[in-house]
Amino acid sequence: MESFVSVDYSRAQFALTALYHFLFVPLTLGLSFMIAFMESIYVATGNQQWKRITKFWLRLFAVNFAIGVATGIIMEFEFGTNWANYSWFVGDIFGAPLAIEGILAFFLEATFFAVMFFGWDRVSKRFHLLSTWLVAIGSNLSALWILIANGWMQYPVGTTFNPNTVRNEMSDFFEVALSPVGISKFIHTVGGGYVTSALFVLGISAFFMLKNRHFDMAKKSFIVAASFGVLSSLFVLFSGDESAYQVAQKQPMKLAAMEGLYKGEVNAGIVTMGILNPDKKIGDDKEPFLIKFEAPYALGIMATRGLNNFTPGIDDLVYGNAKFSVPSAQSRIDSGKIAINALSEFKKAKEAKDELAMQKAEQILQENMSNFGYGYLDKPESIVPPVALTFYSFHIMVALGSYFIVLFFVTLFLSMANDIERFKKILWLCVFSLPLGYVACEAGWIVAEVGRQPWAIQGLMPVGIAATNLASVNVAISFTLFAVLFTVLFIAEVKIMLKQIKIGF
Amino acid sequence: MYEMLQIYWWIVVSLLGGLLVFMMFVQGGQTLLECVTKNELEKDMIINSVGKKWELTFTTLVMFGGACFAAFPLFYATSFGGAYWVWLAILFCFIIQAVAYEYRKKPDNFLGQKTYEVFLFINGSLGVVLIGVAVSTFFSGSEFLLNEHNFVEWKSPFRGLEALANPLNYLLGIALFFQARVGGNLYLINNIDDSELRAKFRASLKKNAMFFVPFLVAFLLWIVLKDGYHVGDGGVVEMLKHKYLLNLLQMPLVFLMLLCGVVLALFGIYKGAFTASIKGIFPYGVGVVLVVMSVFLVVGLNDTAFYPSFYDLQSSLTIKNASSSLYTLKVMAFVSLLVPFVLAYIIYVWRLMDKRKLSADEVENDEHIY
Repeated sequence: MESFVSVDYSRAQFALTALYHFLFVPLTLGLSFMIAFMESIYVATGNQQWKRITKFWLRLFAVNFAIGVATGIIMEFEFGTNWANYSWFVGDIFGAPLAIEGILAFFLEATFFAVMFFGWDRVSKRFHLLSTWLVAIGSNLSALWILIANGWMQYPVGTTFNPNTVRNEMSDFFEVALSPVGISKFIHTVGGGYVTSALFVLGISAFFMLKNRHFDMAKKSFIVAASFGVLSSLFVLFSGDESAYQVAQKQPMKLAAMEGLYKGEVNAGIVTMGILNPDKKIGDDKEPFLIKFEAPYALGIMATRGLNNFTPGIDDLVYGNAKFSVPSAQSRIDSGKIAINALSEFKKAKEAKDELAMQKAEQILQENMSNFGYGYLDKPESIVPPVALTFYSFHIMVALGSYFIVLFFVTLFLSMANDIERFKKILWLCVFSLPLGYVACEAGWIVAEVGRQPWAIQGLMPVGIAATNLASVNVAISFTLFAVLFTVLFIAEVKIMLKQIKIGF
Repeated sequence: MYEMLQIYWWIVVSLLGGLLVFMMFVQGGQTLLECVTKNELEKDMIINSVGKKWELTFTTLVMFGGACFAAFPLFYATSFGGAYWVWLAILFCFIIQAVAYEYRKKPDNFLGQKTYEVFLFINGSLGVVLIGVAVSTFFSGSEFLLNEHNFVEWKSPFRGLEALANPLNYLLGIALFFQARVGGNLYLINNIDDSELRAKFRASLKKNAMFFVPFLVAFLLWIVLKDGYHVGDGGVVEMLKHKYLLNLLQMPLVFLMLLCGVVLALFGIYKGAFTASIKGIFPYGVGVVLVVMSVFLVVGLNDTAFYPSFYDLQSSLTIKNASSSLYTLKVMAFVSLLVPFVLAYIIYVWRLMDKRKLSADEVENDEHIY
């Protein structure tokens, strides 16, 4: 029970850090590009108004950037402090993208951020512009490598287990770096960041237009944001479809939870809106939904990219479905236990210097390796993530994403037609939509991370084994300290941001 | 091949350690705010001078962690997971630094300017001392056991804070603190164009050097006199008398590096404190990097356990048993070829940005300042 509580605190602490961190990252990802566009226009036209526009958004960028850096460092080190067993078990693979992120991206960001911020009168116009672009590229590059690392946890490829060192070792770097899950995660996540940034600029610009302050500059920013929003929201739509397909292929349980699908179906439909039945239990015959609206065939097509294919549900994945060759969780648990047992046999044989027994044990181990992590689970139902949290987060994200597409198209059309200021209600809508980008991003991360429970590494290592062996009181204290500190700093950030917005261009 | 790469990666980690310690002039500068300045403008000048570099130091720290994770994951897991509280305390000291520069003078900053200045002081003092204490355990050892899965079991309930109970660990911690202040003074002499302030930095430099040098010497004496963790036949770890002194004698290049480093650092201090030159930071910087690198090389190479456990000698970490696989080290070695390129653009940008020194006028009138 002790370790259970400790791992829960570690999870809470990591979730807290990640959720806070991702309040600041989206803006860094997208606003950096928008500022680079704005400054490019300034350099190309020499129009001082564009310089003021650039500098205004840069001020807000800097306020946001500082706290993003502060929360980011914790994420890296928490792999060691709270997930030490994980760090050893897969550090051989996972450490590399993090180190590459540091070398390729962090130094680029840190070095050129100083130029972007302090260099207006110290370097040439063109070098300053180059620096702004390099900050944007650097921050997006760092997202690439961390998401490759995250993608690897969702779909571990390019690795083999070495029983001598008792860890996974990298066998193919390019398989890790070019993993389809990692790449689609990257595209979808940075796309989400761009949309959030576009909403941020759109909302604040709309506010200035409504108050008739800095009208020209606000309207110019508004048009940049709406254009950027149109492009990025389409980008998010298509990458979202690809992400869902990857989830269906690699993490079918997560997909089933996202859709609240208990009994698998051929040509399954997508629940577009619904309320889950709180009394529903795994394996029973109760209806999973109190109310639902469904788009027929859609889930089957999205998940399998074809017709007449079977999409497994939660019950199929837990109890197995012989008709569609879905193995039961129990059979995978049994196989996992065989793997774990073979590992200890291997060690005994190694100590006894019995080569033949070592070979035999290793063969059994490798045959069952794909189920290794299942051997640590106590019951088949353990493979089911929290369904309601995953389902609602997913649907909130999709609903908001669809709304953003419409909003960006409408605002771009109206602002290009040059009379957006007449549509006050739409401008207010833009102001109130500002926080929704953040809601969608956070919901997306909840889907990605809660939806893959109980796994730290899909199929290989459950979270309970991955966590550092710490007395829970330690993590309870550190969790509380983090919660207090992050909250205080977040309040400071929001207050400063609001004040800077009030000061204006 | 495998052994060569392990050594190569230990050298890279040592270099990063050296660069990090040199870059701590930012932290040192932060602790000078109250002692050296007489008015708000002077304080702002210091903040804006080191403020242009704080992110590089921060990034070097992150990179140091990342390189350890990628090249020596067992060290990363054992030390960070085991000595939990020491590392978290260091992290807290750095979280508060990251926001302090940007938020200190901003209107409506919630906590007030003073609080952010206290944050900068904590980062520059406690943060630096704790890093020194943590690295000092590379010599004094820790209390842990690795189980059959190589998962760490830390034997002290204080999870790393017990290192603070060993007075000898403070030698490096305090030396590092004064080193940072010496570096801070030298950097500020170079970076700020103000004769009155420069005179103050020179005076402060002398005072801080008087503490830095004895603590550094004491630390070096401690390690050359103490027994060390030697890796004997078959990888068995055992205690060996004067192990680190032997390492220096058996690796004359490293010894030479240490001597050159000390001489250069002292020369830099001399230039800064006793001449009108503003370039003392350069020999000092190279000297600090060399000294720190040689200390890391002494504790990691020549069959030495660099992260020893005095609870269970055989759980001690060496660059062999803690390293990544051959394949990963190879991939990472290719990636490390980018390091000179990264260093080159950092140096280029640094020179470009610092061509014109920071003046009171700029701090008073520029809209983009901290």
